[in-house]
Amino acid sequence: MKKIEAIIKPFKLDDVKEALNEIGIKGMTISEVKGYGRQKGHKEIYRGAEYVVDFIPKVKLEIVIDASMTEKVIDTIQAAAKTGKIGDGKIFVVPVEDVIRVRTGERGKDAI
Amino acid sequence: MPSISAGDTAFILVSAALVLLMTPALGLFYAGMVRNKNVLGTIMQSLIMISVISLEWIYLGYSMSFGPDVSGIIGDLSWFGLKGVGVAPSETYATTIPQIVFMIYQCMFAVITPALITGAFAERMRFGPFLIFSLLWALIVYNPVCHWVWGSGGWLSERGVLDFAGGLVVHLTSGAAALAAAIVVGPRRGFRKENFMPHNLPMTLLGAGLLWFGWFGFNGGSALAANGIAGTAFVSTHLAGMSGMAMWTLVEWMHRGKPTTLGAASGAIAGLATVTPAAGFVGPNSAVIIGLLAGICCYLAVTAKTSLGYDDSLDVVGIHGLGGIIGTFCLGIFASKAVNPSGADGLLAGNPAFLGTQVLGIVVVGIYAFVASWILLKIMNAVVGLKMSEEAEMAGLDVSEHSETAYNL
Repeated sequence: MKKIEAIIKPFKLDDVKEALNEIGIKGMTISEVKGYGRQKGHKEIYRGAEYVVDFIPKVKLEIVIDASMTEKVIDTIQAAAKTGKIGDGKIFVVPVEDVIRVRTGERGKDAI
Repeated sequence: MPSISAGDTAFILVSAALVLLMTPALGLFYAGMVRNKNVLGTIMQSLIMISVISLEWIYLGYSMSFGPDVSGIIGDLSWFGLKGVGVAPSETYATTIPQIVFMIYQCMFAVITPALITGAFAERMRFGPFLIFSLLWALIVYNPVCHWVWGSGGWLSERGVLDFAGGLVVHLTSGAAALAAAIVVGPRRGFRKENFMPHNLPMTLLGAGLLWFGWFGFNGGSALAANGIAGTAFVSTHLAGMSGMAMWTLVEWMHRGKPTTLGAASGAIAGLATVTPAAGFVGPNSAVIIGLLAGICCYLAVTAKTSLGYDDSLDVVGIHGLGGIIGTFCLGIFASKAVNPSGADGLLAGNPAFLGTQVLGIVVVGIYAFVASWILLKIMNAVVGLKMSEEAEMAGLDVSEHSETAYNL
């Protein structure tokens, strides 16, 4: 099993969610995060005082999937989240040791 | 006994209510510009002045400011607790309305003036010492200056210094005190290293709108009668506010590339503050010019502050202090007896001496208010301490001073 962590532009969230639904991914966890990479922050000016805002709002998606789905999910997210401009985000793939469904106690693939 | 005018009385009562509204409005105006951990503390610094100063005003302030004159310097205390101040009109002030109405109208001015200063030490002042400072400041600075300029027999008034609604008494005194406070209290921790971005500009814009609304009572009501002078002051107020807003926005747009909402609000307040001493003494065209000057001069002052290195956090000096100076100076230029026969002729009406009189008023009030405030703050800083501890300041005024949080989302 793998966990896919994708940091994407917030306005692309709906596109990514729909695309993942179409390939059968039925659940995900998202969080609003801030960060920066190659995309620099921006300047804001208040009464002449200039502030550099380094951290840009992004959305982080977390999905746990069967390892066989990894490439398909990556391709789907990349296609749906891409604008071609700097700041589109990143996808991380992390191995997952086990998954437990709290309600039933099912484990592993069955619990995804 | 002079007769009471129902129209004048009704107008001044409504004006008093309008001026009262400006104090909570100022709280909102300031609170939008601070960080979200200092919102309630900032509003409270304005709001609580309604209690502290109203109390001070009825027992001491009104008598010190407007009571029987002692050598042109101060009113005596014979009106302590409003003794003899009742429904009969005063013989000297606003002779067509009950004196009690004049008293409460003036009370609202005394309330908002120390609230204006709070912008200079925003986000770092301890509440207890702030209350003591504000009370003592009203006694040492506001009441004497109010007497000099507006009191019967006050020495600046005798010299012919004019101040229609508080360019000297309200805006210059608070601006000069703000400069002293920014210097003595010292900057916020993290000044010039951290981002001190405004947390809620819609709140600031709401405050600016309410201030503008209240200003019609502040300046219009200063005619102390429902007459043509009140109309002149009302129109001047609006014209200076709108031209100040237009000018600041335009200059900022050209200088920084973007017209900002905070800039528009700041320009409006600069225009309104600047026209305050002149409102009932100048014509509409002069009011527009005063507003335009306020827009550009206050913008430059606020921009220059960044390089001067003191932390007048919400620009009380650059907007109210400078506005009071420019407005009082401009009155020396634009005043016209054709507009207000009980006013004066200024430079453009062929009377340069009056400009000199106004400069005297600026120098005296500016220096007195700065020096007296500086000494008061220095003593208080040594005796009780003014600034919050590092830990308290990091946690913010709301939690540290009031045990509350503005936003529980």
